[in-house]
Amino acid sequence: MTDLPLLSLVTFLPLVGAAFILFVRGDEAVVARNARNVALLTSLATFVLSLALWRGFNPATADFQFVEKVQWLPDWGINYHMGIDGISLFFVLLSTFLTPICILSTWGAVEKRVKEYMLAFLVLETFMIGMFCALDYVIFYIFFEAVLIPMFIIIGVWGGPRRVYAAFKFFLYTLFGSVLMLVALLAMLYVAGTTDIPTLMQTRFPYEMQLWLWLAMFASFAVKVPMWPVHTWLPDAHVEAPTAGSVILAGVLLKMGGYGFIRFSIPMLPEATEFFAPMVFTLSIIAVIYTSLVALVQDDMKKLIAYSSVAHMGFVTIGVFALNQQAIEGAIFQMLSHGVVSGALFLCVGVVYDRLHTREIARYGGLSNTMPKYATVFLFFTMASVGLPGTAGFVGEFMVLLGAFQTSTWVGLFAATGLILGATYALLLYRRICFGKLDKEDLKALLDMSPREIAMFVPLILVVLWMGIYPSSFLDPMHASVVHLIENYQSALAAANGGSVAAN
Amino acid sequence: MTVIANLGAAAPELFLAGAGIVLLMFGVFRKSDATAQVGWLAVAALVAAAGLVLTGSKGSATLFNGLFVTDGFAVFTKLATLGASALTLILSLSWLAQEQVKKFEYAILIIFATLGMLMMISANNLMSLYLGLELQGLAAYVLAAFKRDTLKSTESGLKYFILGSVASGLLLYGMSLVYGFTGTTSFDKLAEVLSHHPSTGVMVGLVFMLSGMAFKVSAAPFHMWTPDVYEGAPTPVTAFFAIAPKVAAIALFIRLLAGPFADLVGAWQQVVWLISILSMAIGAFGAINQTNIKRLLAYSSIGHMGYVLVGLTVASPEGVRGALVYLALYVFMNVGAFAVVLSMRQKGRAVESISDLSGLSRTSPGLAAALTIFMFSMAGIPPLAGFFSKLYVFMAAVKAGMFGLAIIGVLTSVVSAFYYIRVIKIMYFDEPVDSFDRPATANTVILWGTSAVTLLFWLWPAALINSAQTAAQVLFPG
Repeated sequence: MTDLPLLSLVTFLPLVGAAFILFVRGDEAVVARNARNVALLTSLATFVLSLALWRGFNPATADFQFVEKVQWLPDWGINYHMGIDGISLFFVLLSTFLTPICILSTWGAVEKRVKEYMLAFLVLETFMIGMFCALDYVIFYIFFEAVLIPMFIIIGVWGGPRRVYAAFKFFLYTLFGSVLMLVALLAMLYVAGTTDIPTLMQTRFPYEMQLWLWLAMFASFAVKVPMWPVHTWLPDAHVEAPTAGSVILAGVLLKMGGYGFIRFSIPMLPEATEFFAPMVFTLSIIAVIYTSLVALVQDDMKKLIAYSSVAHMGFVTIGVFALNQQAIEGAIFQMLSHGVVSGALFLCVGVVYDRLHTREIARYGGLSNTMPKYATVFLFFTMASVGLPGTAGFVGEFMVLLGAFQTSTWVGLFAATGLILGATYALLLYRRICFGKLDKEDLKALLDMSPREIAMFVPLILVVLWMGIYPSSFLDPMHASVVHLIENYQSALAAANGGSVAAN
Repeated sequence: MTVIANLGAAAPELFLAGAGIVLLMFGVFRKSDATAQVGWLAVAALVAAAGLVLTGSKGSATLFNGLFVTDGFAVFTKLATLGASALTLILSLSWLAQEQVKKFEYAILIIFATLGMLMMISANNLMSLYLGLELQGLAAYVLAAFKRDTLKSTESGLKYFILGSVASGLLLYGMSLVYGFTGTTSFDKLAEVLSHHPSTGVMVGLVFMLSGMAFKVSAAPFHMWTPDVYEGAPTPVTAFFAIAPKVAAIALFIRLLAGPFADLVGAWQQVVWLISILSMAIGAFGAINQTNIKRLLAYSSIGHMGYVLVGLTVASPEGVRGALVYLALYVFMNVGAFAVVLSMRQKGRAVESISDLSGLSRTSPGLAAALTIFMFSMAGIPPLAGFFSKLYVFMAAVKAGMFGLAIIGVLTSVVSAFYYIRVIKIMYFDEPVDSFDRPATANTVILWGTSAVTLLFWLWPAALINSAQTAAQVLFPG
């Protein structure tokens, strides 16, 4: 452990890069090149710095580490309080890992207003990291909502034909959820006298109040996850967003909801969590089965992957609310693997989209003939998405199912059906794009992946294999924190039940 | 004798009155056009008055047989008012030069309007309250009609005058009822009398006074004049109306309700509650279909007044603090937003339709970025300043257990976010039309300053919040 404020450095380093980009001058081509390079270097440096977090992380304890605390808003005890535990560590890494890849993916894809694009991405990175590190509810909220600003601009400026509609829908949907959480936050501040997250976890809120608070938070996190039936913004946003925007959206932003449940709903409102868990299961099962079926009939590649994201996130919410160790660890792992895999799938779509400028599945076919490297990479990630053993997807889904069966056989049964459906639509997509006869003239001239594109996928492939073959590197650090979370939850419930028994 | 010894407490007002008269003489006796000189001297006078406010007495002091009071609350709100007046006057000066309006009276009118506002803030008696209000109002009516050779401006002035007079009448009627049933116009004595036996007549008078005050802060349902007057008045005058008088009127509103009528809180709280909710809702829904940026900002200011009144409804030091924080940040956001509107000129002609902003991010990226900051801030998106202003009023509302108010407030803020981001959409997502002329240097400087404050407020929020806290505490002794 050092005295260096490592978390703040990781969080705000991208902003430094953004400041540099702001002052890049010259003619357009020079500006674009410099902005790209600065953005790439900054995000790589951030990633390297975040690896230091992993190295310095002590997996034996459930306490928050790398803690920083500075007084900020007076007299209501709101501090700039940052720190990570085993749960948030990997989300930080996920953010810093995906951002350079996203920036790399824009090389051929984004030609107009490159400077602004890079600026928006670096600012976005700061907000994402900050959100996962925040240990004060107000700080968390600020980062959580601030993410909307760069994302709105990214979708709206560099998006597809219906980008305006998608950007507005994304913004207003998520804002609507967030503001209800703001009221909950203020109510908690009033009861507990602080917004310090570790303190709030120790505070017991009255039962009635918990229910309302839980619902208000749920409004916010469920929209982010997104859960059925508030998922409709996601397909629109995904389809219209530029490739890198989709990657970040699927890779990191969706995780904010799941993270929120684990960080806030469960430890702070245990009784309400127990009360509402069946509802979450029901919604998640509907999400898994219904959106898988919807994905089957899509004729837009990105929309299909977007619906598959909703289904995969359904697994996550099942895992989170199954509330045993396998399930929660599985849910976190599933979020990480989904972040990498679905991000990679969107990049795969981006590769062919950059060449043909269409996402219609029917326009493709037989790509394995002209683009063998691409077909291999795409196959790999399709398999990872389906959950082939040896890839990251398997570990997460398996653990979630294992945990879910312990809680309820029915939930486990329905969730498992989702796996079958998932395999169906993913393989169907792959078949329609890569296999079959190569009979479309414009497809015959397609070039296979460039070295830059390969460089983009190699780290993703390595990580997916690593996560699939030796998941312990990821599961061990989160172990203590998850155990601590569940113990606290159980003891809070026991205390509540004991209290009510004593009252009788 | 004591009056003369204590005159220092009213030094800013006395100075401003003197400066106004001297500048008037200066303008009259100058042979050539003196608009610019008088204007900059007036800015200097406003700044000097702010200096006098700052260096003036720290504690509370009453003057002129209790007609006039200064305290920490007055210092805070006077500084906000003077700052807003000075900034909008600077913006006006470039406009006067661009439009070649050679009338030095403009700055004099602003000075007297500001003087009226300072009187309102320091009023400690129904009489001095009315005096301040009318001084401010009469100067404002003339300002609204300042471009007297255009139909719109004269219409706006006339409309403002007639409706403003009705509101003053309501207020006066309410005051006379209150006087009739209590036998006093002094705030201190009123507080004393009303703590014993509030009669029905006082209630009726209070309702009339609340209506008149709601008109002055353009809160719903007395908001109808706002969009029309804002649209018709010359743009710098609109900027002035939207900011400084609002600060002063809210300050007066707070002092009135938290002072002499503090014991009638049960009676006025529900009225202000309703006014607040209506303003937030009308501000949010009314703006959706606007095509003129000035009308949009008019509805936006109605909405903002609703949020400020949330703080007043709560009737606690926290609430008043929230309202003061809100007001101070409102000044910055709106000065900035109007600086952008005043920079909307194509080929030497001012334009004010929202669609004229199309593709602004390409033609003038700086201007577009600044307006984006203000719009996101007004929508209350963190980490911009507007978020903190909303945070503090809602914090107070939740603490007082007014969950309904807080929930309606945040929901209307989502609705209002729609039209704020629509402006951003037009600037960033749409294709450019004609580019704007180079904005005046003064506008650019003000834009930089205000957007920096709005963007970076989170770095050091304690300064503003603590001084608002001190100011609010004054009204709640003990």
